[in-house]
Amino acid sequence: MTTRAGLRPRGLMERLLAAHGWVVYVFFYAPIALLVVYSFNTGNRVNTFQGVGLRWYRAIGENEPLIAAIQNSLVVAIVSTVVATVIGTATALALERFRFRGRRAYDAVLYLPIIIPDITMAAMLLVFFVQVFQPIGINLSITTISISHIAFNIAFVAVVVRARLAGLDPVLEEAARDLYASRWQAFRRVTLPLIMPGVLAGGLLALTLSLDDVVITSFVSGPGSTTLPVYVFGLVRRGVTPLINAVSTVMLAASMVLVFSSLLLQRRRGT
Amino acid sequence: MTAPGTPATPGLERAAARATARRGAWLAAPGALYLLLFFLLPMAILVVYSFGTRTATGRTLLEGWNLESYRRLFDDVVVRVMWRSLWLAVLTTVICLIVAYPFAYYIATRTARLRNLLLVLVMVPFWTNFLVRTYAWRVILGRNGPLSTVADWLGFADVRLLFTETAIVIGLVYGFLPFMVLPLYASIERMDWTLLDAGRDLYASGWQAFRRITLPLTMPGVIAGVILTFIPSFGAYVTPEILGGAQTTMLGSYIQSQYLGVSDWPFGSALSFVIMALMLVGTVIYFRTGARTV
Amino acid sequence: MKRLILMVAALALLAAACGDSGTDTTAAPTTAAPGTTAAPGTTTAPGGPCEEGETDGDLVLYNWTEYIDPELIDAFEAEYGVGVTEDFFTSNEEMRSKLQAGAAGYDLIVPSDYMVAILAEDGLLEELDTGAIPNLGNLDPTFTGLPFDPDGTYSVPYQWGTTGIGFNYELGEPGEDFPATWGLIFDPELAGDNSGLITLLDDSRETMGAALKYLGYSLNTTDEAEIQEAAELIREARANLATFDSDAFDDLLVAGETLVAHGWNGDFFAAFDGASTDDYDAYEDYGYFIPDEGGVAWVDNMAIVADAPHRCTAHAFINFILDAENGAALTNFNFYASPNAAAEAMIDPEILEDTSIYPTDETFENLEFIADLGETNALYEQAFDEARS
Repeated sequence: MTTRAGLRPRGLMERLLAAHGWVVYVFFYAPIALLVVYSFNTGNRVNTFQGVGLRWYRAIGENEPLIAAIQNSLVVAIVSTVVATVIGTATALALERFRFRGRRAYDAVLYLPIIIPDITMAAMLLVFFVQVFQPIGINLSITTISISHIAFNIAFVAVVVRARLAGLDPVLEEAARDLYASRWQAFRRVTLPLIMPGVLAGGLLALTLSLDDVVITSFVSGPGSTTLPVYVFGLVRRGVTPLINAVSTVMLAASMVLVFSSLLLQRRRGT
Repeated sequence: MTAPGTPATPGLERAAARATARRGAWLAAPGALYLLLFFLLPMAILVVYSFGTRTATGRTLLEGWNLESYRRLFDDVVVRVMWRSLWLAVLTTVICLIVAYPFAYYIATRTARLRNLLLVLVMVPFWTNFLVRTYAWRVILGRNGPLSTVADWLGFADVRLLFTETAIVIGLVYGFLPFMVLPLYASIERMDWTLLDAGRDLYASGWQAFRRITLPLTMPGVIAGVILTFIPSFGAYVTPEILGGAQTTMLGSYIQSQYLGVSDWPFGSALSFVIMALMLVGTVIYFRTGARTV
Repeated sequence: MKRLILMVAALALLAAACGDSGTDTTAAPTTAAPGTTAAPGTTTAPGGPCEEGETDGDLVLYNWTEYIDPELIDAFEAEYGVGVTEDFFTSNEEMRSKLQAGAAGYDLIVPSDYMVAILAEDGLLEELDTGAIPNLGNLDPTFTGLPFDPDGTYSVPYQWGTTGIGFNYELGEPGEDFPATWGLIFDPELAGDNSGLITLLDDSRETMGAALKYLGYSLNTTDEAEIQEAAELIREARANLATFDSDAFDDLLVAGETLVAHGWNGDFFAAFDGASTDDYDAYEDYGYFIPDEGGVAWVDNMAIVADAPHRCTAHAFINFILDAENGAALTNFNFYASPNAAAEAMIDPEILEDTSIYPTDETFENLEFIADLGETNALYEQAFDEARS
């Protein structure tokens, strides 16, 4: 948009905004920098520096429950993201592009998983699983955790994809149909690419929410199926060692690698 | 949506409409069924519980339905906790809005390349585990933490923010700022800048242009951001648990202690549903009065 | 289609709400969901007697945090060839709630004295097969026949200790520089000196108990007025509190975040020990005392959850802990007193001589055990919940 550059705030305003931007970034990153720095502390206490080393990174490898928790987290996150993204996208399409009976009601219901307090959802799922699933032999486990995550992720994905869809002009899809594309072709070659940023954003959100979830997971996980955040929550409440710092630094590094590599991929494809 | 060549028979048109509706229904079905089974049904069970009574040992008795739990919602304790949570959530949302708007505006007015980079830089902290980021604040705000040390240098004696309401707000703002920045950014970025140009042509000052053109145009973003920030702040559990103290029990912790502490499931359920209902109503009203979604 | 969905939903709802009531006998008020087990008084049909050392799968242990030496767990796993999964709780009530909600999968739990009685009454505990626990003979006779479980049907003592105040020597000597009283927390003046640097346990019976003792009442009172008075005291004390914490109260003290902490003796000593290095003795900076008004003495016990999936392994674990050497290792790790007479020979003499860990008879006179108060239990819990919110 050529006019935008011409409308950039000038002079003092520009400098103020830039300064503000810097402050916000410092605010974002200071705690993280602190985390990373203290992860190299070889002492036991988190605030007092006793030496520099990789002691706690090695400890990660030796901590079996922690590794199991990380594995569980990844499995649950991937499964719930994939399923929720597919179902959520379908739901968004249905609500945005079609009219059918019960649409209004469904629309309203879809907001409930977003506004419900975590605790409530946790409690109701726990009761549900114990009453309905346990009698048929499915215990609290990764399965129940995944089911729970999918439940709230569908709503989030649907909201994000709908936002994207709403901004799209249906004219493009109509044009495709005018050119004798079948419904499926129109979807695959026109709609899907157009909503892909929304689908990806929704999927990303679902992944993050799943990896971050503490309350719901802690209620519906059985002993031995702990996920990373639940494990960390337990550690934080019990007595902190730089182990948590080391774990978070590793996670940060992993996600940065992921994000930057996906950015590079996008650049290559010339999006 | 007019199909090319309107059919002469209305019956055919209606059949086509019904077919479309059915396709829509099929698309919506998986999500609907899933939520029915794993959301609405569990919710219904809990609603049933809210009419029950807590036995002496903490179990839930379903015989003899009563409204006792709902009556207790008007107790001092509950009102106090609700107001406190409401106040902190509002405070958090307002601070987020004030901080995020200029920030989002700044990003939106950079070149395309810089914009993407800046956005990614906003998302990266978002990618570390939320718990871990909150815990970092526990270290920072402690009595022997960096903040305290800096405050000592500056001459303020014995500053300790941990376990206070301020700590909770800081933690909440930190956690939910991206939720405010992103919708705002999306809205600002999509704005029709020619309108702003026109305003300038008509001799509007910077501030006038903002108030009368930019702000109304970006209102959908503001609404989305406010909702995405307020709702989780109101029902927050993890942040107040880690950073809050004895003076500041918030709604999330209070409900949790009903389920896992006092073991009063009827009361916990009644409280949860009233909160949910209120938030649903509030969200709907806010949406309607505020305009279209982002 | 719609009607089918509605029918399915209704059926499931019906099943969930009423499904389990049928198994209750008339001995207890009919309870429906969540989580039903046999009613009190009836014997849960165990899966037959267990042999000594017999195991039936991996153990799932639900315990307090930092209460068992990881090396002991490893030793058990090695000796019996099974795995152990641990889960943690920080209060009896939390553990009870989880059990009641039907979080199945726990085999062995470690409830405190009064909670054993409550759980047993609720039908959540399994009767012990004493044939599988020959090491019961190692127990000190004082710890058999305890009021909450007179015949030792459901529980075996694990560790015992006291609850008092951990403090920073910055404040001076208790009794000399400052009064050794609960007033350090509850008296507005005394607490005001250390405002924001005090913690209380997030435990209804313990904290209410401390308040009651300060007021001069019994911590097992059933007098509603006294209970409300204690709750009121706690509510007012909040102004000077940093937080309620049952988890990290010892760490907060040692980290310098607080100066006065309400907590369990062993936790404090374990933290002091952990903070000490070759050049630094944490015992010079931090200490523990039981206030003059008296406090809580408690016994934690091992108990097996009713219908535990691996009850034989659980029995084997109990027997393992009762072994003299293991009992001593336990105490040497968590700094709590052991009910195991045979273990005494192998306990660190410094621990045996520490009167904060093994109190004198004189101190004991002032202490009370928390008792199961039946209906009044709920009163304590609710009063505390309101006071702290």
